[in-house]
Amino acid sequence: MNMIIGLGVVLVVAILYMIFRIGRLMEVAKEKKEDDNAWNNINAILFLLFMVFGLIGFFYYSFKHYGTYEPPVASEHGVVTDNLFWITMAITVVAFVAIFIVMFWFTYIYRYDKNRRAAFFADNHYLEITWTVIPATVLALLIFKGLRVWGDITGPASKEAVVIEMIGQQFAWTARYPGVKDRELGHHNYKLIDASNEFGLDLTDKNSFDDFKSLTLYLPKGKEVLLKIRAKDVIHSVFLPHFRVKMDAVPGMQTQFKFTPTKTTEEMRTETGNAKFNYEMACTEVCGRGHFSMRFPVIVVEPEEYEKWMASQTPWLKQNPDYMKYVPANLKEAAAIKAGLSLDGIQTANSVSLK
Amino acid sequence: MENHSHEEHGHEHHGNFWTTYIFSEDHKVIAKQFLITGMIWALIGGTLSVIFRLQLGFPNANLSWLKPLLGGWITAEGKIDPEFYLALVTMHGTIMVFFVLTAGLSGTFSNFLIPLQVGARDMASGFMNMLSYWFFFASSCVMFTSLFISTGPAAGGWVIYPPLSALPQAISGSGLGMTLWLVSMALFIISSLLGSINYITTVINLRTVGMSFTKLPLTIWAFFFTAIIGILSFPVLFAAALLLIFDRSFGTSFYLSDIYIGGEALPNEGGSPILFQHLFWFLGHPEVYIVLLPALGITSEIISTNSRKPIFGYKAMVGSMLFIAVLSFVVWAHHMFVTGMNPFLGSIFTLLTLIIAVPSAVKIFNYVTTIWRGNLRFTPAMLFSIGLVSFFLTGGITGLFVGNSAVDIQLHDTYFIVAHFHLVMGAASFFGMVAGVYHWFPKMFGRMMNDKLGYIHFWISFIGIYMVFFPMHYIGIAGFPRRYYTWTNFETFGGFTDLNMVVSVSAIISVGAQFIFLFNFIYSIFRGKLAPANPWQSNTLEWTTPRHPQHGNWPGEIPTVYRWPYDYSKPGAKEDYIPQHIPFSETPESNLPHESELIKLEGMDNTIRVEEKKHH
Repeated sequence: MNMIIGLGVVLVVAILYMIFRIGRLMEVAKEKKEDDNAWNNINAILFLLFMVFGLIGFFYYSFKHYGTYEPPVASEHGVVTDNLFWITMAITVVAFVAIFIVMFWFTYIYRYDKNRRAAFFADNHYLEITWTVIPATVLALLIFKGLRVWGDITGPASKEAVVIEMIGQQFAWTARYPGVKDRELGHHNYKLIDASNEFGLDLTDKNSFDDFKSLTLYLPKGKEVLLKIRAKDVIHSVFLPHFRVKMDAVPGMQTQFKFTPTKTTEEMRTETGNAKFNYEMACTEVCGRGHFSMRFPVIVVEPEEYEKWMASQTPWLKQNPDYMKYVPANLKEAAAIKAGLSLDGIQTANSVSLK
Repeated sequence: MENHSHEEHGHEHHGNFWTTYIFSEDHKVIAKQFLITGMIWALIGGTLSVIFRLQLGFPNANLSWLKPLLGGWITAEGKIDPEFYLALVTMHGTIMVFFVLTAGLSGTFSNFLIPLQVGARDMASGFMNMLSYWFFFASSCVMFTSLFISTGPAAGGWVIYPPLSALPQAISGSGLGMTLWLVSMALFIISSLLGSINYITTVINLRTVGMSFTKLPLTIWAFFFTAIIGILSFPVLFAAALLLIFDRSFGTSFYLSDIYIGGEALPNEGGSPILFQHLFWFLGHPEVYIVLLPALGITSEIISTNSRKPIFGYKAMVGSMLFIAVLSFVVWAHHMFVTGMNPFLGSIFTLLTLIIAVPSAVKIFNYVTTIWRGNLRFTPAMLFSIGLVSFFLTGGITGLFVGNSAVDIQLHDTYFIVAHFHLVMGAASFFGMVAGVYHWFPKMFGRMMNDKLGYIHFWISFIGIYMVFFPMHYIGIAGFPRRYYTWTNFETFGGFTDLNMVVSVSAIISVGAQFIFLFNFIYSIFRGKLAPANPWQSNTLEWTTPRHPQHGNWPGEIPTVYRWPYDYSKPGAKEDYIPQHIPFSETPESNLPHESELIKLEGMDNTIRVEEKKHH
């Protein structure tokens, strides 16, 4: 079968070559002074057609399929950056369309004509100054607006912000929440990471006792969220398309991004008319074989519901009571209380580990 | 015009086959070596893109028919291995950026045109020029070899960010494949530096009598700036690569810190992956202009010639290139807005990045004004040049989105970026290169390429490339991340299967169209129409050489230059062009007032030349 296809291809190529050769020979044989201008006109007309149909296609698709390419926005700053995006779009589309039309109009009307001579028009300072100053002014406005927005987005988070840690590794995300008892994330150290202690949780820090792990990013609506982002192995990147959030997760360095979700998952389901809608988090920095599969579910709920969910979670230490042995003796009691472990449990765990 | 005599062998140095065609020190032969190697690389790079576009456009297709070519990289289910997919995009990027659009473009046209257009017998150092090609050749061999090793070629993206590129545990391509990548790039950088030194020296020192800087064709200005950018930025990549080699092989921690991988915590502490990104993009961004400026130079020359009109705003064109060259060194961190870099730096780089849009806009306006009231001849070279301007406009204008840090948050590392840079630097530079081949083919090989095939090649490529990259803007706005093997794991990225299919089909057609060019190229070398001395009625000096310029380029004296290269359609002149070597004293009918003044100086030029000859 492959051989037949191969032979077919060879045959087609050979026929094309023959047609080309015959065409060339005919040209030579006829010795007709070819009318180059015919081809010149064809090319000029093609440019014009390209311009017209290109622009029609561009506008048609952009308007008709607006809903398919514009992801709904669900964060406070996202509305602002989207706004800036569409302002930039308006400016660039006007400039693009104007230049596009002018350029291809020129290629059409100034196509070669042997009775005409081109203008000797080498420079004009007024023109050049005009089109230096106009783009510069427009850009200055865009920069001005852009920098203000950027400043707001990257500015320090408020003290009340909900802090959540996102940890990237090949090829999964995990979230670490500070427990409801202290509302602070405990320290971590990559050297403490092992099969159970995937955060590298430093149990000498009392804030770590009630930290818990989640495989879903729960977010309260209307509250500022500060994501603290790190990676264990290679660079990953947190991308929350609906919240217009993106920040790399870098091993050896903590990064962060603050934002305020404005719509719960339920509200978004109503808005999009898609009963199965879910927020998602993706990885946008190439990280290896499974880069494309680093999906992490995201759920936005009302603040009360969020609190309920927080309270219902089990601290990591409670799930791994044998790690109590790493807690310094003077903190053991505090740890047990924060993690919700009974002291018996600790003793059992200790005796287990002693065996 | 119809000067078909090619019996001028005044300066011929007869060598044997090896010294004439292989280890040649002649800039024209070296240019052709670069061109042909670059074309082979372009075919490989294009083929790789077709393979990964098959995966993206037809995610359910059974690709087991690729087994004879890819062997074990096709899984038992007839799918491309996800890791090999990453290797494909990595090698596609590396090959296209460095081997095709840097070496293939600058290597070919800087080498070919600098001596011919400034009026020099050869490059300042023919030997170094030869070394430049052979280092490139060695680099190519190493990179090519890496495609065939069992662990696969480098697969961490062409930007090779550590730790991914430093740790073979993270991805198998970071084993031997990455080592070969780094060795190959080190050789490549040496080649590039040897070339650049030569280009700069030749432009500064070997211009013929009368060829002042203000009379240089824009091609030469572009090559000159490109070489300077290259010489200042490539060593930084070399340093970055060297430190990466240390991290990979000698246990240093320049880029590595706090890593837990494969069940063990690595001892490295205190390094910074961001450091590598700074070093990489310090080359990486100027590299965009290393790729683009020569194409813009070539286009300026071709558009002016085929519009039969002086390039509009020669000084502004040079000035904007200079401005771009300078600014290209202070915008690199716009690739890093969301890497965790200090946000204040983000502000600075937004500002500087958007400033660079101004000279770029000036260039576009100047091209359009050059066309205005011209008398346009659509040779294939002219078509590709106009195509370049169109791509440069389409791709450049989206830079206003991604250069603005706040807007970039959403667009970073999505298909919007892919569309942006492929149009503005990939397709635009590629079109510049193709335009250059069509335009200077008669000088390279003494024959004409077939223009009908050229038209077909242009229209398929032009529309095809738009069909590939324009839809990607929508896909990118929708948030689709790049370097994804498939998007099926996400509900958010569920759509656009149709558009991705369109993109893939267009990509296959566009790559396929390049075979028309390849056929035209090879066929015309042997059987093309014999080229007249000056087929495009152009002003620059290369067209004053014989049809087959021998070593030394001009059989007799090198012509003296009297005027700038853009005296097209000068009022009063008999022809619609006056070449650079025609003295003003011969064209009293068309001289501008200040040019008539210059006639007095023309004799003095000759005396200078006579004195120079006495010295030798």
